[in-house]
Amino acid sequence: MMNTVVVKTFSQPQFSNSEILRYAGAKAPYGEISALIEQCKEEAEGLLSYKACYIILDLNITGSVCDFTLFKVASKSLASALSGCKKAVIFAASIGIGLDRLILKYSNMAQTRALLLDAIGNERVEALCNTLCAEIEKETRFTLTKRFSAGYGDLPVDTQRDIFALLDCPRKIGVTLNNSLLMSPSKSVTAFVGLKEKE
Amino acid sequence: MSFKELLNNGTVYFDGGMGTLLQKRGLLPGECPERWNITHKNDVIAIHKAYYDAGSNVVTTNTFGANILKFSQNELSQIIKAAIENADTARKQSENKGEKLIALDIGPTGRLLKPLGDLDFEKAVEIFKATAVLGEKYGADLIVIETMNDSYETKAALLAVKESTDLPVVVTNAYGEDGKLMTGASPAAMVALIESMGADALGANCSLGPKQLKGVVNELLKYSSIPVMLQPNAGLPVIKNGQTLFDVTKDEFAGAMKEYISLGVRIAGGCCGTTPEYIKEVVDKTAQIKPKKTEKKNYTFISSYTHAVFFGDKPLLIGERINPTGKKLFKEALKNNDINYILNEGVNQQEKGAHILDVNVGLPEIDEKEMLCSAVTALQAVTNLPLQLDSSDPAALEAALRLYNGKPLINSVNGKKESMEAIFPLAKKYGGAIIALTLDEKGIPETAEGRVDIAKRILKTAEEYGIDKRDIIFDTLALTISADKNAALATLEALSVIKSTLGCHTSLGVSNVSFGLPCREVINSTFFALALQKGLSAAIMNPYSWEMMKTYYAFNALCGKDENCESYIEAAKAFTEAALVTENREKTAEEFASELQKAIIKGFKDKAGLITAELLKTEAPLEVVNGEIIPALNTVGKDYENKKAYLPQLLMSAEAAQSAFNVIKSNMETDDKNEKATFVIATVKGDIHDIGKNIVKLLLSNYGFKVIDLGKDVDPYIIVNKVIETKAPLLGLSALMTTTVPAMEETVALVKAKAPFCRVIVGGAVLTKEYADKMGAHKYAKDAMETVRYAESVI
Repeated sequence: MMNTVVVKTFSQPQFSNSEILRYAGAKAPYGEISALIEQCKEEAEGLLSYKACYIILDLNITGSVCDFTLFKVASKSLASALSGCKKAVIFAASIGIGLDRLILKYSNMAQTRALLLDAIGNERVEALCNTLCAEIEKETRFTLTKRFSAGYGDLPVDTQRDIFALLDCPRKIGVTLNNSLLMSPSKSVTAFVGLKEKE
Repeated sequence: MSFKELLNNGTVYFDGGMGTLLQKRGLLPGECPERWNITHKNDVIAIHKAYYDAGSNVVTTNTFGANILKFSQNELSQIIKAAIENADTARKQSENKGEKLIALDIGPTGRLLKPLGDLDFEKAVEIFKATAVLGEKYGADLIVIETMNDSYETKAALLAVKESTDLPVVVTNAYGEDGKLMTGASPAAMVALIESMGADALGANCSLGPKQLKGVVNELLKYSSIPVMLQPNAGLPVIKNGQTLFDVTKDEFAGAMKEYISLGVRIAGGCCGTTPEYIKEVVDKTAQIKPKKTEKKNYTFISSYTHAVFFGDKPLLIGERINPTGKKLFKEALKNNDINYILNEGVNQQEKGAHILDVNVGLPEIDEKEMLCSAVTALQAVTNLPLQLDSSDPAALEAALRLYNGKPLINSVNGKKESMEAIFPLAKKYGGAIIALTLDEKGIPETAEGRVDIAKRILKTAEEYGIDKRDIIFDTLALTISADKNAALATLEALSVIKSTLGCHTSLGVSNVSFGLPCREVINSTFFALALQKGLSAAIMNPYSWEMMKTYYAFNALCGKDENCESYIEAAKAFTEAALVTENREKTAEEFASELQKAIIKGFKDKAGLITAELLKTEAPLEVVNGEIIPALNTVGKDYENKKAYLPQLLMSAEAAQSAFNVIKSNMETDDKNEKATFVIATVKGDIHDIGKNIVKLLLSNYGFKVIDLGKDVDPYIIVNKVIETKAPLLGLSALMTTTVPAMEETVALVKAKAPFCRVIVGGAVLTKEYADKMGAHKYAKDAMETVRYAESVI
C-alpha cells in the first residue's frame, strides 16, 4: 500500500464550448455569445492552474461502512458506488483562485461575463478531474468507477473534513475548506473513485 | 546571544523539514503532527537534536498547524508548551557549541480570508495572536511565520505577532512556479508589505527546490532592506516504490545555497524533504563565507495584493475619481451605502490607465470610518491597483490601514505638529508611504523656500518616528492662478528644489491650479506637463480626462520613457475613438427609439448607454423608460420564459438595460426616481457564492425595484434589521449548499416573527419548492424572472 499523498500539476486540458454553454444555461450558441465566451476564455486562461492531490488506499466494505484503513465512513450510496473495489482513490483537484477573483470583479458590474466565467470554471475543473482520472487509470492499470463526492446520496457533506485532513489540501494544492464546508478556490472538486480490476 | 545579534554576526542556519521526517517515523496521512509533541515526544526531540547537531542555530517548533481553529485553547496551550520543551530538551542534549535558539513556528490557518474565503481579517489576527502569545509565554526566542501563500494572511499573522509579543519575527512565503504567491503577490509586493510592518527578516520557503527559486530570491535581495531568509524544499517530490523521495541531493542543495549566500541571503535552512544531513552539508559548505551586509535600498514603493508600484521611473497616475467632492451621484451613492458606484469608478479608472487609486469617502452625514473600510475591502476585491487612503480623520485612516492588503499610500500628513503626531505612528505600525503637504500651522507659504523649509521639518520629525525619508512623498500644493498669477510658479519651484536637494519624490493634485477659470482641462494639462518636466513623480488626477492622458503619454514618448512610442501609439487609438463617439449624429428620435430596443434585446451594453444619452436630448426620461426599455426587457423576458432565449442572453439584455438606466438616472433629479418597492436581498450566513443573487438583483433593478443588497454570508439579524429599518415588503434569500439551508431557515423564521409585513422569496442551487414550503417561505422562485414576476404580482 502506498499511504502517500501524490501531488500533480497538469497542462491545460482542451476546452469544450458546448460544456461551457451547458453550464451557463444555454442549449446552443447564438449571436454574440460565442464571441463573448472566447473573450472570457482569453481573460481566464492566464489565471488558471491545474493541480490535484490524491491518495490510493485499500478498501474494505462491510454493509454500508467503507473502511479506507486511514478512516471510515458509513454511507449506503458510497458503498454501492464503490462495491466490488478493493482499492479507492481519494482526490482533490482545483483550477486555482485566479478565476474566483475575476468572477468576483464582474459579478457586480458585468453579470453575463461573471456567469460565463463561472461556467468556464465548472467546465475547467471537470476537465481537470477527467484528465486526472485518465492518468490514474493508465498508471494503475485498473478501471475507475464514476466519481462520488461528499454530499451525493447519503454521504454526509462533512466527509469533506476527513478528506481535507487526509490530503492536507491547503498545503498540497492551496485549497481550503470554510465553516460551511465550501471550498476556496470555489472551482475545486474532491471525490472518491473506486479502482476495479480490469475484466 | 539574541536572534538580532546572531543575525548581525554572520549567516544564521535554521533547520530543515519536520513533516517529512515525522512521516518516516510513522506519522500517517490525516494524523495530526502537532499532537506528536505530546504522544511521540522522543521522536520530536530526536529530530530537533539532529538539526542542532548538524549546525542549526535555530530550530522551529513542531507547531505548524497549532491554532485555535484546530485545537481547544487548553490543548493548544499544552501542545505549544510541549513543543517548546521538546526543542529545549534537544538544545540541552546537543553537543553543538554554537548558538542554539528556538523559533515558534506559525503556519497558515488552512482557511482563506475574505473576500475569496470566509475568514474575517480580524478573526485571523486573533487566531495568530492566541498562538504567538503562548509561544512567548513558554519561552520561544523568536517567531517564524512560514509557508504563507496569501499576502493578506501574512499581514494578519505579522500584525498579530507585533501587537501581542515583543519577540523578533521572521516571515517566509511559499512562492509557486510562476514566482508568485497562490493569491498572486510578487516578491517585491511582499517585501513592501513585510518590511514596512517591521519584521526582522523576510524570505521564501517550501513549494520549490533551490534552483527554481532563483528569480524569487534575486527579486527579494534586490528590494529588501532587511535580511533575506531562504528555506527551499529538496526539489520536487517523486514517488518511488510507494515512498515519497525528493529529487535534489544534499550536495546539489548545499551548492545552490552557497551561491545564494554569496549573493546576500543571510538566513539559510530547508523545508520539505531536507534532513539534518542537508543542513550539515550547507553549514560545511558555507560557514567560511563572509556574509554580505544587508544594504538599505533606496526604492520608494507601495503595493497591492499582487504587485508593487515604484516611484521614480515613469510618472505615476493616481486616479482621483473616488472622492465625493462636487459629485451629486457619488454623494447619493454614499448615503445609500451603494458600494457599486465606487467599484465601477475603481475598475473604470484602472481601464483608463491609473496606477494607483485615491479613496476618499468623507461626507458629514456618513460614518467615514465604516465606509472607508467597506470601500477599501470591496475595491481590493475587484481591482489589483494599490490604494491611496485619503482621509482627514486619523481613526478612519487607522481602521483602513489595518485592513488594507499591502503597503498603501497615505494621504496625508502635513507640517502641523498635530498632524504629524497623529499620522506618523500609524505609518510606522501598519506600514505605508505618506503624501506630505508642505503647509503648517501658519498655512501655505507663498514662496518656494517656505515650502521647502516645511518639507525639511517634516523629514526630521519622520526620522524621529523611525520613518525612512524614501517613504515621504511631498505635495508642494497647487493653488489657483486665478487668485495669484505666480501661484503655479511657486509650486513648480518648490517641487524642483525638493527633488534635487532633498532627494524626495513628489506628487501634486493638479487640477486646483485652474480653479475659477474656463476650459480648465487646457490649463491643467499644460501645468501637468510643466510639473512633469520639473521631475514630478506622481499626479492625483482625473484619468477620464483626455487632455491629461494625452499630455501623459506624449510626455513619456518625448522624454525617452516609452520604448518605440508603443504606449503612445496604443493610447492614440482610444483618443480617435473617443472623438468619433462625440460626433453629431443626425437621426430622428424614432430611429433612436427602435435602435435602443434593438440594442437592449441584442445585449449591446455600451451602445444602449450612448443611444439613451442621445434620446434624452429630445425625450423625457420616463418616456424612454416606459416606451423603450421596459418593452425591450419584456420581449427578452418572455423569450426566456418560453425557452426561446437562454440565461446568458437574458443577462446581456439586462446589462444593456442597466446601462441605459444609469444614463437616465444621472439625468434625473434625485427625488424623481420612480422606484417601485424596496427589495432586500442577501446570500445567507455561511454561504459565499453570489452569482445567482446578483443576477436576481440586476433584473429587479431593471424592473424598477429599489434593491438593497446586503451581500453574501449575512447574519440573520442583520437581514431582519434591514427589513425593519426600510420597511421592505420583499426579501430575497439565496443559499447554494445544503449546509447553509439551516441558516436560511433561521432567517425566514426570524423575519416572519419580527417583520411579518415582509414576504420572503427563497432560491438557490439546492432549494426546491418542498424545502421552501417546509421552512415557511412565501415563495420559491426557480430563477430571476420568476422572482421579478412574483414581486410585481404582490406589490
